[in-house]
Amino acid sequence: MKLRDLLFPLMAVVCAFAVGAVVVLIIGDSPLQVFSLLLGSALSWPDGIGYTLFFATPLIFTGLAVAVALHGGLLNIGAEGQLYVAAFATAWVGITFAGLPSLLLVPLCCLAAVLAGAAWAAIPGVLKARFGSHEVINTIMLNFIAVALVGYLTQYHYRIPGDPIMESAPIGDTAQIARLGSVIPGLPERIPLNVAFLLALLAAWCVYVLLWKTTWGYEIRATGQNPAAAEYGGISIRRQMVLTMAISGGLAGMVGINEVLGYRYRYYDGFSDNYGFTGIAVALLGRNHPAGVVLAALLFAVLQRGGVPVDAFTQLVSKDIVQILQALVILFVAAEAMFQWKWAGGRRQGTASGSAGAVPSAQAGTATVGKI
Amino acid sequence: MKLELRNVTKRFGAVLANDHLNITVDSGTIHAIVGENGAGKSTAMRIAYGFYTADSGEILVDDAVREIRAPRDAIALGIGMVHQHFMLVRPMTVTENIVLGAEPGSAVALDLRKAAAAIRGLSEEFRLTVDPDAIVETLSVGQQQRVELLKALYRRAELLILDEPTAVLTPQEVEEFFSILRRMRSQGKTVVIITHKLSEVLAISDRVTVMRDGRVVGSVKTRDTNAAELARLMVGREVLLRVEKSPAKPGPDVLTVRNLSVQRVNGVSFAVRAGEIVGIAGVEGNGQTELIEALAGLLPERQVTGTISFGGRDLRAVDARRRREIGIAHVPEDRHRRGLLLEFSLSENSILGVHYRPPAASGVGAMLLDKKAIDRRAEFVIREFDVRPPNPALPARALSGGNQQKLIIGREFELPPVLLLIAQPTRGVDIGAIEFIHRKIIAMRDAGCAVLLVSAELEEVTALADRLLVLHNGRIAGEVDPSLATAEEIGLLMTGGRH
Repeated sequence: MKLRDLLFPLMAVVCAFAVGAVVVLIIGDSPLQVFSLLLGSALSWPDGIGYTLFFATPLIFTGLAVAVALHGGLLNIGAEGQLYVAAFATAWVGITFAGLPSLLLVPLCCLAAVLAGAAWAAIPGVLKARFGSHEVINTIMLNFIAVALVGYLTQYHYRIPGDPIMESAPIGDTAQIARLGSVIPGLPERIPLNVAFLLALLAAWCVYVLLWKTTWGYEIRATGQNPAAAEYGGISIRRQMVLTMAISGGLAGMVGINEVLGYRYRYYDGFSDNYGFTGIAVALLGRNHPAGVVLAALLFAVLQRGGVPVDAFTQLVSKDIVQILQALVILFVAAEAMFQWKWAGGRRQGTASGSAGAVPSAQAGTATVGKI
Repeated sequence: MKLELRNVTKRFGAVLANDHLNITVDSGTIHAIVGENGAGKSTAMRIAYGFYTADSGEILVDDAVREIRAPRDAIALGIGMVHQHFMLVRPMTVTENIVLGAEPGSAVALDLRKAAAAIRGLSEEFRLTVDPDAIVETLSVGQQQRVELLKALYRRAELLILDEPTAVLTPQEVEEFFSILRRMRSQGKTVVIITHKLSEVLAISDRVTVMRDGRVVGSVKTRDTNAAELARLMVGREVLLRVEKSPAKPGPDVLTVRNLSVQRVNGVSFAVRAGEIVGIAGVEGNGQTELIEALAGLLPERQVTGTISFGGRDLRAVDARRRREIGIAHVPEDRHRRGLLLEFSLSENSILGVHYRPPAASGVGAMLLDKKAIDRRAEFVIREFDVRPPNPALPARALSGGNQQKLIIGREFELPPVLLLIAQPTRGVDIGAIEFIHRKIIAMRDAGCAVLLVSAELEEVTALADRLLVLHNGRIAGEVDPSLATAEEIGLLMTGGRH
């Protein structure tokens, strides 16, 4: 990543906050007060930072999922469904094999999360490879199926009789993973920030290595950049479609580790706060680069965490301001693609070669589906 | 109409596209402007047409200084331009296209009948036969070009600027097109033709201006010059226009094709031996593309019937990756679609096709890209094939067409190939690079490689090939000895006629 790559998203964020300030003014509160509440609470120690990092964890996973798929030329709008299926599978393994020792059960649960997410995402991959049906439509439809499926399973098969809440029985104690509060002094254990956050950072690093240092990554990016040339280079495009979707879904599925093994210790229906869809925005803001995805996820987590006190301590502004800010960030990032295109257009005359590459179009594609 | 550019300078960022140009186009002549890609010839003419405005200098029309700020101004002065890529609305009729922007009749009622009559008159005057009521997308490329010419004439253009007009035409269409230009000249029109094909310059123009690196390096009467001199001016050094090669010493059959049918290819049989170049000539779209793609393993197996054997081995069930492994290299006809990953670096492009195995890949199961080995390979290709600029970290997009092509050829030649499938090796490539690529292909042959060459340039394919097959309508219409056959003979085969 070059400095310029950082500059544009940063400008988008600054612009979003500037317009957000105007909105706050119109509503009749002080932007300074709102923003200092927002940032102050999100960055306070230990609760603010603890929760911010906890909120960032699923967004890193889904942001990476979307980014990997985009590098492979696929738009995965199904991270939401994939993470639901994965979280349920994680809980199922955690419940079914509750007696196993931790050393065995935790990896098994993690594997279940990854494989379930990968398998669910592989379905649209196979459909595209086999029949050419578009992955956007299929991933969206599979979201509904996933939510309904795990809802049904929870309601009729895995709910403890008499429990008024739509949730499964608890997983075995040995399936739980450590909260970071147990190792970091000053961070109370009640804050659900857990080992999955470290796993998310590790996943980001792995995605970087995968995409740019391995032959698989080369094939994924080549297919995304120019499928005809990839085919010419002896790469099976159909195989890539399935593989890329599976990797993407596996990453989305890791949200289940954070949610089930590190936070609630059971499957809780409807737990996802649109993580899968926010992941699209995160990948967009992070320019599909793993490091960018981590930074973007942190920003969105700050907004999410900071929204709570805004609601409580301001006169007029509600925490919906967070949604407005998120939407503005997305808008400005999308507009940035436009700026870039203009810049490229201006330069093009000089270099006599088209510079408006695939990136703006991919981003524009994402922008239109920002939230569904 | 006389057109003069005086001291015209145009800069795009750091690039000086036009450096104090002085070009004079005399009234009633055909004036060729030649130069390699990026020499600044299109820029100069776009300034004359008002597409760009010059940073300094002036434009004179019939000896009077004129302000041309937009194409509108140029059209009003009687200057028309036909671009390399046609600017036609494909689903509309010829008449509708021609009147677009200059619609006859009142603001509310469009009088197309009057326009159609005017167009008929024009097309008779210049013998530009086109049906005014035809839908543009049903017309051949040659006819579409006539529509573009009519469009300019309809706007009363006295001077026409034509940007690479023959790039899209077949040899027969080129001849027709030239007679149209001559007719226009005899009617008093002035024509400026931008091209990089020297044979055409010599055939059609009265005067030729040569550009290099944004400057005019020569302006001569066509009858006082020759191809060698023009090439030297264009490139800045002596260029070998003839291909020098010794007779082929063919070895055993490497590739044997029997009764191959796939899509447009219809029952083709031939063989290519080690150490020879078999050329395939033909009007584009007669099955060349499909033939090469089938041999490279890029078409679905189930569509292919007949046998393809390579060194005695049946290739039908062998996929593209495996074919490259056993020594079949492929330089595709369309480098942007097939040959390159434009956003990838030269390094990354230099391993496409061999990226999954050593030396490009290393580690357990060859999973990791070996950056050092890849850079070494890229640097080798860049050095051996003179790719400029020689920076392996640049994206392929940043290179000129000729350098992109050299990179692809270098990559494929490094395989090293037993059989080389090479399509349109010098399309859109500068003269200097063409000479280089031709030499490399012949060197490959002399090293014992079997070469199957497809080219739409008849001159190229007859100069390089040891045996020449002519493809028409998916079938081999005939085989000729390229050193003996005349262009007429080959042309006849190309269009389906017989000896």
